[in-house]
Amino acid sequence: MGRYVIRRLLQMIPVFLGTTLLIFLMVNVMGDPVAGLCGDRRCDPATAARLRTEFGLDKPVWQQYLTYMGNIFTGDFGTAFNGQKVTELMATAFPITIRLTIVAIVFEIVIGISLGVVTGLRRGRPVDTVVLILTLVVIAVPTFVTGLLLQLLLGVEWGVIKPSVSSEAPVDELIVPGLVLASVSLAYVTRLTRTSIAENARADYVRTAVAKGLPRRRVVVRHLLRNSLIPVVTFIGTDVGALMGGAIVTERIFNIHGVGYQLYQGILRQNSQTVVGFVTVLVLVFLAANLIVDLLYAVLDPRIRYA
Amino acid sequence: MRGATQARWAACAVAAALAATACGGGGDNGGSGADGIVSSSWGDPQNPLEPANTNEVQGGKVLDMLFRGLVRYDPETGEAENEIAEKIESEDSQNFTVTIKDNWTFSNGEKVTAQSFVDAWNYGAALKNNQKNAYFFQYIDGYDKVHPESGKATADTLSGLKVVNGTTFTVRLSQKFSLWPDTLGYSAFVPLPKVFHTDHEAWLSKPVGNGPYTIDQYAKGSSMNLRRWDGYPGADKAQNGGIDLKVYTDNNTAYTDLTAGNLDLVDDVPASQLKNVEADLGDRYINTPAGIIQTLAFPFYEKAWNTPDAVKVRRGLSMAINREQITGQIFRKTRTPASDWTSPVLGEEGGFKKGLCGPACEYDKAEAKKLIEEGGGIPGGRLTISYNADTGSHKEWVDAVCNSINNVMGDNKACVGGPVGTFADFRSQVSTQKLTGAWRAGWQMDYPLIQNFLQPLYYTNAPSNDGKWSNQKFDDLIDKANAESDKAKAVTTFQDAEKVLVEQMPVIPLWYQNGSAGYSDRVEDVSLNPFSVPVYDRIKVK
Repeated sequence: MGRYVIRRLLQMIPVFLGTTLLIFLMVNVMGDPVAGLCGDRRCDPATAARLRTEFGLDKPVWQQYLTYMGNIFTGDFGTAFNGQKVTELMATAFPITIRLTIVAIVFEIVIGISLGVVTGLRRGRPVDTVVLILTLVVIAVPTFVTGLLLQLLLGVEWGVIKPSVSSEAPVDELIVPGLVLASVSLAYVTRLTRTSIAENARADYVRTAVAKGLPRRRVVVRHLLRNSLIPVVTFIGTDVGALMGGAIVTERIFNIHGVGYQLYQGILRQNSQTVVGFVTVLVLVFLAANLIVDLLYAVLDPRIRYA
Repeated sequence: MRGATQARWAACAVAAALAATACGGGGDNGGSGADGIVSSSWGDPQNPLEPANTNEVQGGKVLDMLFRGLVRYDPETGEAENEIAEKIESEDSQNFTVTIKDNWTFSNGEKVTAQSFVDAWNYGAALKNNQKNAYFFQYIDGYDKVHPESGKATADTLSGLKVVNGTTFTVRLSQKFSLWPDTLGYSAFVPLPKVFHTDHEAWLSKPVGNGPYTIDQYAKGSSMNLRRWDGYPGADKAQNGGIDLKVYTDNNTAYTDLTAGNLDLVDDVPASQLKNVEADLGDRYINTPAGIIQTLAFPFYEKAWNTPDAVKVRRGLSMAINREQITGQIFRKTRTPASDWTSPVLGEEGGFKKGLCGPACEYDKAEAKKLIEEGGGIPGGRLTISYNADTGSHKEWVDAVCNSINNVMGDNKACVGGPVGTFADFRSQVSTQKLTGAWRAGWQMDYPLIQNFLQPLYYTNAPSNDGKWSNQKFDDLIDKANAESDKAKAVTTFQDAEKVLVEQMPVIPLWYQNGSAGYSDRVEDVSLNPFSVPVYDRIKVK
């Protein structure tokens, strides 16, 4: 187990270097960011030159990358064009996005898995058909449509929620955005759980458990569900990363000042320091989530062992 | 919405059963009357909030509430009026003596003195401080020493600035510029307190100024709460208790918040909502001229565009654009067809002259085609109009302009749009003369003077003359106008220079941009100034 974890951690290093390099190059390809700082007029050349030196833009790209990576290891993620430290931006953005992600994941787990279990056990019944059709609809409708629709209905027409989230973004204001963010994944979770449950319901160990005379509840929760969760856990685990980075649309609609907002602004202003910094952290989150998922397999299924 | 209160509470009860949802919606807890708080949409300022470093509207909004300068532009007429200045005098249009009023202080109690101005201007001009508006100080003597085009600065302070006593200082310009006092209303010229220089970091995290508001709370990137400063010595005291600025990533969300009653003021109505705005807001929608003009610019560093024949082509292209139709259908009257190179906010006296461009800016299909063909057709056989595709919905109108030109030419490929991914990249290509076709250009005035619409854009090698157009006659007329001590005469001479543009058509004027805003029924007396910034201090809460 320990060796397995170490091996996986070592594998992360090339992945980490590769992704940061790619992002760094992509942001650089977009061209000179300084020209955009002066609006529809030309920056005065002397100031522009000084700014380029200050942000290290006058050096070749490989040298910029090396300096940047060197700084990252000392905890210095650079400075955004508006003079704020990128670490400062992260400190305000990540807690908000993490809260939003947690809300979304909770929705996925609670609603998604329950619906999956119910439909999996009642295959072919009306409940199953209705939920299947509903999930199909949710998957087919893009997030921004669901988001704008809920915002208009709940926020403007009925006045149940505020259409935008305040800058502190407390959990209760994040419930609707979280639901929107989770909606598509939620549908997938339902479908995955349903298939998995349906498949395992006929497995030998379930029949044995039933034959032993165990109560139905125990059979379903301890034996059937636990073994059926492996594909679902994989999905949810990788989804953590996707939700955090992919919240751009949802964050824009509900005006949440999280990671998506900072990334969007960073890209518009071609601020490589912000973009690379945030993506680097997202890459780390993604890698960590994957590792945790793999380790969870062993917990869920006694047949899986890591040497 | 008022009738829906009961339904809302019912819905709230349902929602509360699911989770503790924030119930409330409509109405802010901002109080009412003279102490009422107005909530307003905001965007994250692009640069640190230093006066000489802020060149866009979002940062400008804050500076406008936080600072007052020597001169202030009347929010309605745009006319320059003395604010802190007692008088600004000159006998030769080059040496000015500035006397300030004695009763002004910063909100931290420090007195506003001549030194506060001189120190602030020296800071703004110095190359080492990376101030993006440093060029505002370029007319002051000694600017080339503290801010050389290349290399190191050889002086720390502007030699043209001298403090005489606590309330007086003198300014020597490097050239004659009779209208110079009228430029002093721009935020780059405001005075700064000592703490700005001594504890810069602390000042940046909570700026201190001398305007009608003080900052109560500032959460960078998300919100700023400004409160009325009761000790404000000026005549334009705030009519409300304060302004809460909230950053919106998407102006659509801000608009939704306004219609739901969570926000009092949106100063940028999204283009996609313009067709609903009358129905949603009625007379709470403002659409007034702002000092912005949009144009099509051409590359004069390309030989093909720098010929006498190309003049005819540009004239023809200008006549091939149906401005009336595009401003009506795409912009829904938030733009006005341009017929000169300035802006209506200048007013007749300030130099705006409707129809100065004459028939060359009017749609005339037959004449347009004839002129373009006489001029030997579009250089290269096709006109590409470059624009940035990331913001400002430029694609729609560029396509419409191209359609208009294609219709005239009877050729579907005579004109095409050339999207560039980001604004920064677009500006970089424009300012380094990389484009070989036309591009969209815009100019937002720094101060309401006709000089500002002409000299920085069309004078030989001027900083924003990206197309590198050059014309001796034009340059001479500008020099003459700047030296003219009589304002009315100066304006007519500037207009003479503008007539050179009619003949040569170095850029095609398209339309004047309006500022648009919407507000809630909680507030009244909302207006936009000529810079399309809301006049916050005049807003009253009911």
